[in-house]
Amino acid sequence: MDLVLFLVFAIIAVVCGVNLVVQTHPISSALSLVGVMGSLAVLYLLLGAPFIAAAQVIVYAGAVMVLFVFVIMLLNAGSEPVTPLRRMVKILGVPLLVIFLGLVAFIIQAVLPNSETVHFGDPAAKGSPYDIGHVLFTQYLLPFEVTSVLILIAILGAIVLARKELE
Amino acid sequence: MDQLLWLIPIVPLLGFLVNGIFGRRLSMPVIKTVAIGSVALSFLWVVKTLFALGVFGAGSPLSAPYVEHYYTWMQSGALNIGVDFAVDRLSAVMLMIVTGVGLLIHIYATSYMEHEGGYYRFFAYLNLFMFFMLVLVLAENFVLLFVGWEGVGLCSYLLISFYFLEKWPTDSGNKAFIVNRIGDFGFSLAMFMIFRQFGSFDFQKVFTAANGMPVEAAYGTLTVICLLLLLGATGKSAQIPLYVWLPDAMAGPTPVSALIHAATMVTAGVYMVARSHVLFLHAPIAMDWVAGIGLATAFFAATIGMTQFDIKKVYAYSTISQLGYMFLGCGVGAFSAGIFHVMTHAFFKALLFLGAGAVIHGIHGEQDMRNMGGLRKFMPIACWTLFAASLAISGVPGTSGFFSKDEILSAAYGRAPWMYWVGVITAGMTAFYVFRAWIMTFFGEYRGHAHPHESPLLMTIPLTILAVLSLLGGFINVPLWLKPLFPEVATQTETLVWISSAAGLIGIALAFLCYMWRPGIPDTITQSARWLYNLVYNKYFVDEAYNATVVEPLVEGSRTVLWRGMDAAVIDGAVNGLGTRSRGIGNVLRLAQSGYIRSYAVWVVFGSIVLLFIVGLAGAR
Amino acid sequence: MPTSGGVPMDWYLILSAVLFSLGIAGFFFRRNIITVFMSIELMLNAVNLSFVTFSYRMKQVDGQIFTFFVMVVAAAEAAVGLAIILTVYKNRKTLQIDEVSSMKN
Repeated sequence: MDLVLFLVFAIIAVVCGVNLVVQTHPISSALSLVGVMGSLAVLYLLLGAPFIAAAQVIVYAGAVMVLFVFVIMLLNAGSEPVTPLRRMVKILGVPLLVIFLGLVAFIIQAVLPNSETVHFGDPAAKGSPYDIGHVLFTQYLLPFEVTSVLILIAILGAIVLARKELE
Repeated sequence: MDQLLWLIPIVPLLGFLVNGIFGRRLSMPVIKTVAIGSVALSFLWVVKTLFALGVFGAGSPLSAPYVEHYYTWMQSGALNIGVDFAVDRLSAVMLMIVTGVGLLIHIYATSYMEHEGGYYRFFAYLNLFMFFMLVLVLAENFVLLFVGWEGVGLCSYLLISFYFLEKWPTDSGNKAFIVNRIGDFGFSLAMFMIFRQFGSFDFQKVFTAANGMPVEAAYGTLTVICLLLLLGATGKSAQIPLYVWLPDAMAGPTPVSALIHAATMVTAGVYMVARSHVLFLHAPIAMDWVAGIGLATAFFAATIGMTQFDIKKVYAYSTISQLGYMFLGCGVGAFSAGIFHVMTHAFFKALLFLGAGAVIHGIHGEQDMRNMGGLRKFMPIACWTLFAASLAISGVPGTSGFFSKDEILSAAYGRAPWMYWVGVITAGMTAFYVFRAWIMTFFGEYRGHAHPHESPLLMTIPLTILAVLSLLGGFINVPLWLKPLFPEVATQTETLVWISSAAGLIGIALAFLCYMWRPGIPDTITQSARWLYNLVYNKYFVDEAYNATVVEPLVEGSRTVLWRGMDAAVIDGAVNGLGTRSRGIGNVLRLAQSGYIRSYAVWVVFGSIVLLFIVGLAGAR
Repeated sequence: MPTSGGVPMDWYLILSAVLFSLGIAGFFFRRNIITVFMSIELMLNAVNLSFVTFSYRMKQVDGQIFTFFVMVVAAAEAAVGLAIILTVYKNRKTLQIDEVSSMKN
């Protein structure tokens, strides 16, 4: 069962990813990204991280992507015109990608023993809101507070950048 | 009890600072007071100190030097140089000369320089000179002496090129300083060897140690040291081969010629030799060199002096010649006679120069004697004071020059009779040229175009005082005073004295003959020995020879090799090349900054791949 | 299909790598600034996946904390980044990434 679920949603994620890269209109890409995020949420559940899965859907898919869609609509960006690629990107882009991917895959194979498996509902997996909350507010309290300041700064930055020029 | 010796040089230094820093805003009377006052105070303090040390009283004062130690200047391992001043019999004489004659010249100069620009600057430099000269005389170790030595060289340069907007003064200043430097090179080497040999620079230590050493028969360490010291002395005291700067030093104002190039600075070499007499007495070969060079210089310069027409040049060559006498005296062992001659020479040579200055001042800047004549009517004081000086320098019996010169010549006879005879001939020439100058200036018809007049009081009073000293100064029995310090030398015999005096009188007579009674004679002589006359008149072309062999190659070499070759090509090339190369590399590297984000991304991925390689594959092994 | 059959862990990681590479590909080959930005978000998500995987592997919750913070920062970054894009659009009137090249040379 786990395997089936994994395969289904993994394939959905990859297909959506490819779609994101291939589509010409930004809106289509945005919607593909939403799809990726959704399938990733399911995969998080499979990995025994319900809190993260929920956060993914609420924050990422629900807020960040909505912001993206707003901006795309605001800028009225149309389909991309086709222009030639930079020479360096054209020559090196694909080979580098392939090398990169191959390398990472190889390393993963080399490092991880094949016997490790992921089971849904593994009782040892920590991921419940209780677990996260416990660590977040004791061990990682400082980063937590700092990120709240970060968000504040981001808000300020965004407001300053996007407002109208003062006369 | 502390005599505060340091006050003696410090007061002129303060004078220098006041006049140098504030002089531009001070009025002339103030500048005068500061300048004269500082030297006067210094002189009074010298008198007071000598009085307190019992010099003017009875008994045997200053049998040992009176030393004051101030502070340690340099201390490093075995090297220990302190700032020590000392007064002994020798420096007592020098102190009186420097401050006394210096004071008279300062007074004279306040009047002489009245119409020149840069009044305050002149007196600032003059006071600075006094400071350095006093440091030189008071020093109790070689290094401090060298400080004074260099300092007076500097002031000489500053004062020779006082009229720095003209070419001859600036060139002469350079010449003086550079030629001096060559001598200083010798002095420095001598100091290094002294330290190596004796482990100290202090006079006391060095001379005590040297006394214990055997007298060297061949070219040993002490001989080399003394020869190097001699080299330094020839530079400072204008002997062969480094005398060439002194005639050109006449480009400076006349008081400068009087003070520095007659009475004080040029005698520093003699003083240094006399101070180091212990070393010289242990190196007879060096002593012979000293005597030989002194005698040769005396003869040589006297011949040139007979042909010159610029009155200051005549006296300049006379100075070189008389310095040669002093070196001769020291070289034959008569150190006290040499120092005696320093004193008498200070009197009459300063007088000669100041008198010449009065004449030049009175005929508005003319220095060529061919345009003078008959000035006796217009400037009687100048005339008769110069007469007194001329008598003294000719060694007319009774004058100061008579006593000192005869001491030297007798001692020379004791060493080698031929030296005596050469010295006598030179004395004759001395008398001749000095009276030639006197007669050409003051007798006959006035050949110039100016309106001659007598000099003001502030100039004539020092002249008179010096005239008295020139005539009577011989009775200050310096050799007796210096006897405990220097070893005994053969005393005079009557015959020798009469012969040398006769030579002087013959010289005077010849001068009167050629220039007053039978004026045609000089021309006849010059015509018949035309080539000889030309040779002597052109100073034996020594300057030209030096120029061709030393100066030109050096300048040309510096210009082509060092300047163009090394500096411009190599060093500039390297430095500039470095800059150009960097820029070139930068130009190439700049191409990576394409401005396109995606190209950057390619580089990022490339870099991460490399990292992955290193971390992953290496780690996985 | 056996229910207790697990999924090999390296599959998750390989999936993460694939998604990451897709993100890079999007970054290389797309011209629109916003699309490029979305590719960056894709990369971030891929990384989140591997974080969570390792958190499962180590049976610790720290990996998920990391993920949490990554999400927060990504959100902030998205906000500010989009604001910048808006400003660039206002000034340059273009969304083509190649035309924003005034840092050339």
